[in-house]
Amino acid sequence: MNKVRVSFPRFGSYNIPIEYIIRKGLDCDYVMAPPITKKTIELGAKYSPDFVCTPFKYHLGSYIEAIDDGATTLVQVGGACRLGYYGEMHEQILKDLGYKVNFVNMANANFNKPLTFYDEFKKINPNMNVKKVAKATLLAIKMVEIIDKIEDYIRENVGFEVVEGSFDKLHQDFLEDLREVEDKKELNIIYKLYMRKFKNLKINKPKNPLKVGIIGEYYTIMDEYSNHYMEKELAKRGIVIERWMNISNTLFHNYEKEIKQSIKKYAKFDMGATAMYTIKKAIDYAKDGCDGIIHVKSFGCTPEIDTMPVLQRISEDYKIPIIYFSFDTQTSDVGINTRVEAFYDMIMMRKGEMMK
Amino acid sequence: MKKAYMGVDIGSISTKGIIIDEKNNILASEYLWTEGDPIGAVKRLIAVLKKQFDSKKYKVVGVGTTGSARKLIGVILGANVVKNEITAHAIGTLSLYPDVKTIFEIGGQDSKIIILDKGIVVDYAMNTLCAAGTGSFLSSQSKRLGLEVEEFGELALKSKNPTNIAARCTVFAESDLVHKAQIGHKKEDIVAGLCKAVVNNYLNNVGKGKKINAPIVFQGGVSKNVGVIKAFEEATGEKIIVDPNSHLMGALGVAILSQKEKEVNFDFNIEDVVFETKGIECKGCANNCERICIYKDGVLIDAWGNKCDKGAIKVKAKV
Repeated sequence: MNKVRVSFPRFGSYNIPIEYIIRKGLDCDYVMAPPITKKTIELGAKYSPDFVCTPFKYHLGSYIEAIDDGATTLVQVGGACRLGYYGEMHEQILKDLGYKVNFVNMANANFNKPLTFYDEFKKINPNMNVKKVAKATLLAIKMVEIIDKIEDYIRENVGFEVVEGSFDKLHQDFLEDLREVEDKKELNIIYKLYMRKFKNLKINKPKNPLKVGIIGEYYTIMDEYSNHYMEKELAKRGIVIERWMNISNTLFHNYEKEIKQSIKKYAKFDMGATAMYTIKKAIDYAKDGCDGIIHVKSFGCTPEIDTMPVLQRISEDYKIPIIYFSFDTQTSDVGINTRVEAFYDMIMMRKGEMMK
Repeated sequence: MKKAYMGVDIGSISTKGIIIDEKNNILASEYLWTEGDPIGAVKRLIAVLKKQFDSKKYKVVGVGTTGSARKLIGVILGANVVKNEITAHAIGTLSLYPDVKTIFEIGGQDSKIIILDKGIVVDYAMNTLCAAGTGSFLSSQSKRLGLEVEEFGELALKSKNPTNIAARCTVFAESDLVHKAQIGHKKEDIVAGLCKAVVNNYLNNVGKGKKINAPIVFQGGVSKNVGVIKAFEEATGEKIIVDPNSHLMGALGVAILSQKEKEVNFDFNIEDVVFETKGIECKGCANNCERICIYKDGVLIDAWGNKCDKGAIKVKAKV
C-alpha cells in the first residue's frame, strides 16, 4: 500500500518541524511544498476570491504546487481571524477544481478539548500511534525554538556581515542539516554546532547601530516573499532588526494575559488575531530605544487595520516614527523600496540630530 | 571654471531638471512631459539644459537623480547620487524654507506628506493604492469638463458655492461629478468642489493621523492649481506657501545632495548615444524574475531585477 503523502503550505522555515511530525510521528511521507515564488501567488490569486486576505492566496497556491509534487493529504490550521475559515474554503475550492485530496482541517479541533486534535490527526493516519505522535511533537517544538533562536541571531547581525551573503549561506546549510535530524541528541548537536558557526561569522558592528522593530500580521511578517524581503532590505543598510513575532513566542511562550493587561491604556478590548501583540510590541520597541518601527500586513487584514490608530498614538506619545505597509498580490518593489529608503534616511537624520 | 551641480527628477508624468552653482543659485531649469519614455525625456531635458547653461563659465561636477525612474536615469547620466523622492523633496524645500514644518506634495501619480522638526524629517507618508487626490485625476476630470487643466484653478476661485463631491475614491468622485453636472450645478462650482475633494482625500488618506503645523509648503505639479491652494488654506486654516519653483524641489534636493558626493565628469552630449533596455526573464526558478539590462551603444552597463544571486547578471566593465 502506498504511504499517505502529506503537505502543508510553505511558511518560513517551519515546514521542517511539520515534516518531522508527519514523518516520525504519523509515519507518513511528507511533500515539501516548493519555496514561494511568483508562480505560487499567481496560482493562488487565480482561484481565490479577490478580496480575501493575501495569505489565503499564498496558501492555496502552495497547496496546488504541493499536489503537483504528489501530495495526497493537505493540512490546514485554525486561528482567531479569517484564518479560521481558510481550511473550509481551501477544501471547497480544491474540490471544485477537481483535485482529489484528503483535506484535514485542524480548525475543527478545539483547544479546550485536546481529544478533538486526536480525531483530526487520525484523519491523516488512522493507524497512528499516539505515543509516537506526542514524542515527535515535543521534538518539533524544540526544533521551532531552535529555528527561532538562530533566526533572531541572524536578524541582529546579518546587517553587519563582512562577507556578503555569508549569513544567508550558513542559514541554508543549517536548514538542510535540520531536515536530516532524527532525534533529540542530533538536534542538540546541530543547534550547538550552528550557533557556534554563526557566532564565528565575521561581523563589523558599530557600538550604537540603528535598530528597527517589525510588527504586524502573522503570515506577512514571517514570510519573506510576502513582505518583499523587508528584513533583508533593512539589514543591507546596516540595521539591527527586532522581531518578537514568531512561532515560539506566540504559541509556546505566550504571556497573553500580561500583554492584554499592560496595554490597557491603549486598547481595552481584544481586537483579535495579532492585534494585541502588535500594540504591545510597538510600545516595547519604543521603550527599548528602537529608531523606528515598521508595521506590515496583508491588504485588508482587519485586526491589523484596527491597530493603526493606536499605533499612531504610540508614535506620538513616544516620538517614534512608524511606517505602514500593506501587501497585496500585485505590488511592485519600486514603491516599497522608495519608502524603505526614505525611512532609512529619516531615522539616520533623527539619530544624527539626537547625538548632537 | 566654477563648479555646477545638476539634479534630475523623473516622475511618471513629468521630468524636471535643474542646474545650480555652489551656493544653490539656479543656473538652468526645465520641466517637460515624460510621456512614458524616461530615457527619451531625459535626453530632451539635457538638450534644453545645455542651451541654457554657460559651459564656458561652469562645469557640471555632480549629478543627482530622483523620482520613480531615478535608478535607470542615474545609470544613464552617471549620477553620483540617487535618492528617493521623499528625502530629495525635504532637502530641496529646506534649502529655501529652513523653518518648514509640513510639506504637502501632490504629483501626477502619487502624493506625499513630509513632517519636519528643526530641519529634519520626523515622519512621512505616501499614498499607495489609490489615485484619487493626485494630478492625473484632476487632469482627467478637467478633460471631461472640457477645460484645460491650466484654467481649472482660476475657474474654481470664481465659485461661491462649491458642489459637494464624494472624495473617497476616483470612481465615486467621477460618477458624482457627472450626476451633479446633469442636474444643473454650475461648472465653476463643480470645479471648486473637485479641488475640495482632492484636498479632503489627501488630508484623510495621506495626512491621516499626522500633526499638520505651519509653515506649510505645498509643491508638486498640483501646487500650480490656485483652486487647490485655496481649498488647502480653508481646510487647514493656515497660509499655504507655494514657491515659484515648487515643481523643481525634488530636482533641487538631489542637486544639493550631489554637492557632497565624489565629483563626476558630466558630458552633455548624450543625444546621440543609444541607450537601450532589454527585459530578460530568469529561468533559475519558478519566480521568473524579469531582469532589466541597460546597454549604452550596445555595451551592457548595468542590470537589475533579480531576487537572488542565481539570476545575477555580471557587468564586465562599469562605464
